[in-house]
Amino acid sequence: MAAAALGCGGGWRRAWRRGLGGLVPVPVPVPIPIPIPIPIPIPALVHVAVPVPACRPPRVVARNAGGGAVPAGKSGLAPWVPVVGLEIHAQISSNSKLFSGSQVQFAAPPNSLVSFFDASLPGTLPVGAFLACFSLSQCLQMRLGMAFVRTHRYTWALAEKVLNRRCVEAAVMTGLALNCSINKKSLFDRKHYFYADLPAGYQITQQRVPIAVNGSLSYSLCIDNKMSQMVTKTVRIKQIQLEQDSGKSLHDDSRSQTLVDLNRAGVGLMEVVMEPDMCCGEEAAAAVRELQLILQTLGSSQAIMAEGQLRVDANVSVHHPGEPYGVRTEVKNINSIRFLAKAIDYEIQRQIEELENGGTILNETRAFDSKLGCTVPMRDKEGMQDYRFMPEPNLPPLILYDTKSLPANVNHQQVVNIDWIHERLPDLPSAKRAKLVELYGILPEHSFTLVNEDGLTEFFENVLKQTQMKPKKVIGWILNDLLSYLKQHSCTVKESPVSSVLLADLLNLLEKKEISASAAKQVFEELWKGEGKTPLEIVKEKQLQLIEDREELEQICQAVIDEHEKEVMAIKAGNQKIVNKLIGLVQRATQGRSNPVLVKQILEKKLSE
Amino acid sequence: MLRASLRQVSAALKEGQVTPTELCQRCLSLIKSTKLLNAYITVAEETALKQAEESEKRYRRGQPLGILDGIPIAVKDNFNTAGIETTCASNMLKGYIPPYNATVVQKLQDQGAVLLGKTNLDEFAMGSGSTDGVFGPVRNPWSYSRQYKEKSVPKSDSEREEFKWVITGGSSGGSAAAVSSFTCFAALGSDTGGSTRNPAAHCGVVGLKPTYGLISRHGLIPLVNSMDVPGILTRCVDDAAVVLGSLAGHDPKDSTTIQDVFQPFELPSLPDVSKLCIGIPKEYNAPGLSSEILSVWSKAADLFKNAGAKVIEVSLPHTHYSIVCYHVLCTAEVASNMARFDGLEYGHRSDVNKSTESMYAATRREGFNDVVRGRILSGNYFLLKQNYENYFVKAQKVRRLIANDFVKVFGSGVDILLTPTTLNDAVPYMEFIKEDNRTRSTQDDILTQAANMAGLPAINVPTALSERGLPVGLQFIGRSFQEKQLLTVAKWFEKQVKFPMIQLEEVKGA
Repeated sequence: MAAAALGCGGGWRRAWRRGLGGLVPVPVPVPIPIPIPIPIPIPALVHVAVPVPACRPPRVVARNAGGGAVPAGKSGLAPWVPVVGLEIHAQISSNSKLFSGSQVQFAAPPNSLVSFFDASLPGTLPVGAFLACFSLSQCLQMRLGMAFVRTHRYTWALAEKVLNRRCVEAAVMTGLALNCSINKKSLFDRKHYFYADLPAGYQITQQRVPIAVNGSLSYSLCIDNKMSQMVTKTVRIKQIQLEQDSGKSLHDDSRSQTLVDLNRAGVGLMEVVMEPDMCCGEEAAAAVRELQLILQTLGSSQAIMAEGQLRVDANVSVHHPGEPYGVRTEVKNINSIRFLAKAIDYEIQRQIEELENGGTILNETRAFDSKLGCTVPMRDKEGMQDYRFMPEPNLPPLILYDTKSLPANVNHQQVVNIDWIHERLPDLPSAKRAKLVELYGILPEHSFTLVNEDGLTEFFENVLKQTQMKPKKVIGWILNDLLSYLKQHSCTVKESPVSSVLLADLLNLLEKKEISASAAKQVFEELWKGEGKTPLEIVKEKQLQLIEDREELEQICQAVIDEHEKEVMAIKAGNQKIVNKLIGLVQRATQGRSNPVLVKQILEKKLSE
Repeated sequence: MLRASLRQVSAALKEGQVTPTELCQRCLSLIKSTKLLNAYITVAEETALKQAEESEKRYRRGQPLGILDGIPIAVKDNFNTAGIETTCASNMLKGYIPPYNATVVQKLQDQGAVLLGKTNLDEFAMGSGSTDGVFGPVRNPWSYSRQYKEKSVPKSDSEREEFKWVITGGSSGGSAAAVSSFTCFAALGSDTGGSTRNPAAHCGVVGLKPTYGLISRHGLIPLVNSMDVPGILTRCVDDAAVVLGSLAGHDPKDSTTIQDVFQPFELPSLPDVSKLCIGIPKEYNAPGLSSEILSVWSKAADLFKNAGAKVIEVSLPHTHYSIVCYHVLCTAEVASNMARFDGLEYGHRSDVNKSTESMYAATRREGFNDVVRGRILSGNYFLLKQNYENYFVKAQKVRRLIANDFVKVFGSGVDILLTPTTLNDAVPYMEFIKEDNRTRSTQDDILTQAANMAGLPAINVPTALSERGLPVGLQFIGRSFQEKQLLTVAKWFEKQVKFPMIQLEEVKGA
C-alpha cells in the first residue's frame, strides 16, 4: 500500500527480484534492504497509517477565485484569508543525469542506471562539463568560496557531456519563459540530511545564488465554474534552482524493509519556488497547469505528474487581513492537479476549523491521502531540520553568457548563450491562445480549452484545414461534442476514435446541407464506435440525407397537422410558439432528415390556408 | 639496489641489471622483514607480481612504457584502488574493495608502475602522527637506525625493553616510512594541512604537495575537498619531479583541475639560485619551534645568501589565524564528506536494526573513531544556520586574507619562501599520545597548512639530523603552478645539505 502511494505501481516486488537489470558494479547490492521496525521510523514520503478519525470529510472552502471573500469566522471576526505558496520540482527532460553520465529513463530495472558517483562511492566527484574552469589564480579564488571573482579569464571545459548542457539550457529556457532574470553566475550548495535514498547524505542544489530569480507566471481560471467568467492572475516566481533528484525508497511493510532504487538519484531537477500569492486550491491548480503547459511547450520537462516528473509541495496558512501570516504547513504527496486543489482546500478548511476551535497550527509536513481526501501529519524528520548548507567545493560556478558578454574565439558548443536561447523560445501557451483568438475569431475562453487539452489545438486546426465550415462553428463541435465524448470515456485527444479527417468530412456534409444538425450528431455517435465507416457511408446506411422531395415533406407535414388538432387550434388562436413543437414532430417523423427552415415554411403555409 | 633513487633503478631496469620481478620480490621481502613498522595496511603481493611480470615482458620486448615501468610504488590507503581493499584505516571501510582506480593510481599503472600495497595513515587522514588508525601506529624507520640508536637509545638491557621508537608524523606516515625504509621507490600521500610534508620531515624523505588543481583528486577519499592534494614522497627531489610529471594534468573527472596543459620537466643538473629572492617569513618562527630547527633554518638561509641569492625577511601577518580558521573549514567539510558513510551502499553496517536512524547511529559510532566523530560534531555545529555566518563565512574570509598574504609577498618579488616544516624532530610514541589528536594536529600543522589554505605548492627537503639522530626538514613554498622553480630550488638545496642516508639496522621489536 505504501509502495503504491509512492507511485511505483504494484509490480515493484517482482521488479526487485535479485538479478534484474544490468546492476551497478560491486558496491551497490541490488536491493538495499534496510531494517525498519514497527512502527515505521522512515519519515518522509511514506503514507503513514493514522487512525481515520483524524480526517474530516473534505469541505470545499473559499471559492474565491475572483479574489473574493472567504467565509467569515464563526466568531464573527474578520474573515480568514488563506495563503498558498508552491514549491515545484520538475524533472528535466534529458538523456543523462545532472553531474554524471548515467542515463535517465523511467521504469528501468532498479539500480540499472547508477554510476559510481550516483551511488556516492567514496572519492567520486560531480562532473559539470559546462562549468567554468578557471585557470591559475582564478582557480584559487573560486575555491575559496568567495562571491567575488573579479577577473574573468576562463578556459573552457570541453563538452564531453553535452547532456549536462541540456540541463542548464532547460533551466535557462524555463527561467526565460517565466520572465525571470537569469544569473550569469550561479553557485552550487550542499543541503544535508540523512535519508536512505540520498546516498551522499546531502543534495547538490542552488541555495545561495540560483540560476534564475524574480519571475512571474500568469494563469487564468474561471469563476464559479462558468467558462464565460475567466480571470487572469499572476504569481511571482521567487527562483528556479538546478538540483539533483534523490533515489526512491520502496517500503515493504510486511517484511519491515525498505528497498532503495538509485536510478533516479542524480537526475537533474528544476525547483520552481512560487511566492505565496495564491489563496485557494483552484488557483494553485490553475497555476500548476499553466506551468506544466509551459514546461511541455518548451520541452524542458515532460512534467507528467503521475510519473513523478512534476512534484508539487504546497505551503498553506491562514490569517486575518492586516495580520501577519499564520503558521504554515507543508502538504506533500500530491500526485495530480485535481488532488492538489483538493489537498489545499482541505488544508485551508482544517486550519480554519482548528483555529476557530481555539487550537493552534503546527509548522509541520502533512501528506495528502487521496483515498480519504484529507491531509495527515507525516512523521517529522527529527523535529526541525537544519540542512547545514555549505558551498559545494567540487564544482566551480556555473557561468552563462549573453551575446554582449560572450568572449571572442569561444567554441559555441562549449558555452550557453542566454540570448541565443531567448531568440529560439517557442510560442508559449499564452501567445498560442492569443493567436487562436485572433486567427479564428473564437472566444478567449475557448482558446483556453483548446490549449489546455493536450493535442486539441492541433486537432482543431486539422479539422479547419479540411472543411469550409467557419471556425466559430467548428469550435462548437470540438468543445461540445468531441470533448464531452472524450471526457465521458476518459480518453485523450490522441486516443479519439473520431479523427480530424472524419470530423471534417462530417462537418462538410452538414455545411453542404446534405444532412441536418441532429443527423450529424447521430453520425458522430456512430463514428465514435470506431467501426471504420466514413460519415457518408453512415449517412447512406442510416438514410440520414435530408429529404429533398418537397412533396414528400408536405405529406409528412400534413400528417402531423392532422394528428394534432389541439395544437393547430392553439396556433390559429395566435400562439405561434406551438409551431416549433410541430416542427420538432416533423423532425422526429423524418428521423432528423428534414430541413427545419423548409418545414417551417410548409407548416406556416398549410396552417394559414 | 633498493637504496637507489627511482631514476637510478629505472636505468638499471633498462640496462637489464635487474628485472621488474626481481625488484618487486626484493621489495616484498623487505616489506615482510620490516613488518614491525606497520607501514602497510595491505600488501598486494599477487597483483604486484603480476604487474611486475607484465612489465618484464615489455622490457624483454624492448618496449617499456617509460621511466616508471617496473618501479615498485606504494599508495596511501585513502586512494581508491580497483580490486584492492581501501580502508582509510577505519572500521567504516574495512573490507571495502573499490570498483575503480583513483586517477593518480590509474596514471601510475598506465605507465607501468608496480603497486606494492596500501600504506597506513591516521583514520581518514585525520591526524598528524599516523597513530590514530584502526590498524595501529606506524613506526618511524629512523627508530631503528644506527644514527638514532647511538645517540638516543640507552645501552642497558632493561631500558632497551622500553625502547623509545618514534612516530612518523602524519597522516601519510605509512607512505613516508615505506619510502624511508626502502620498501618502495616512491609513494603517494595526500596533503590537506601538511599530511605529506610533516611525515616526510620526520622520516627524512622528500615530500611534495603540488598546487591545488594540478593533480586530479578523483578517487582520493576526501578530507577537505578545497584543500586536499595528492602528495608525492620520494627519496630525492629529482624523483619527485618524475612522479609529478606522470601525474599532473587536467582530469575531466575532477572539475577543479586546471585546463592548462602540463609540460613534464627535468630539473637542471646544476641549478642556479643566485638570481633568486628567498623570503623568510618571520611568523614561522612560531612559539614552540625548537632552537635546533631554528638554527638549521638560519644556516639554510645563509647557504642561499652565500650562493648569491637575495634573502629577505618577509611577513605573512595572518599566519597565526590560520590554524583556527583551518579547524572550522576542515571540520565543516569533514561533517559533510562523512555523511555518505551510513552503512547502506557500502562499508560497515551495524547489526542494530531497531530503526533506520538507530542503524545509522550505531554504524557511525562503530565505524568511526573518536577523532572523526569529534570533527563531524564540531563541523555540523559550525554549519548550523545560526552559526554559519559567525564561523564558516568568517573562516572563509580569513582564508582569503591568508591567501592574500602570499599573493602580496610573491607580488613583491619574492620567488620562494623558506620555512621549517615542523617545530621539532619526531617524538617517541609514548610521549606523542599524551596529548590528544586535536592538540597534536594544531601544533604539528602550524607551519604547513597555510600553504593548503592558499593552494600553493610546497615541498619538504630533508636537511639535517637532530642531536637525537633524527631527521629535520625544511619547507619551500612556491608560487601557484611554479613547481619547476620550486623543485629546482629544492634540488639545489638538497645538493648543498647532503642529508645522510638512513643506516637502517634490523627492525625488531623491543
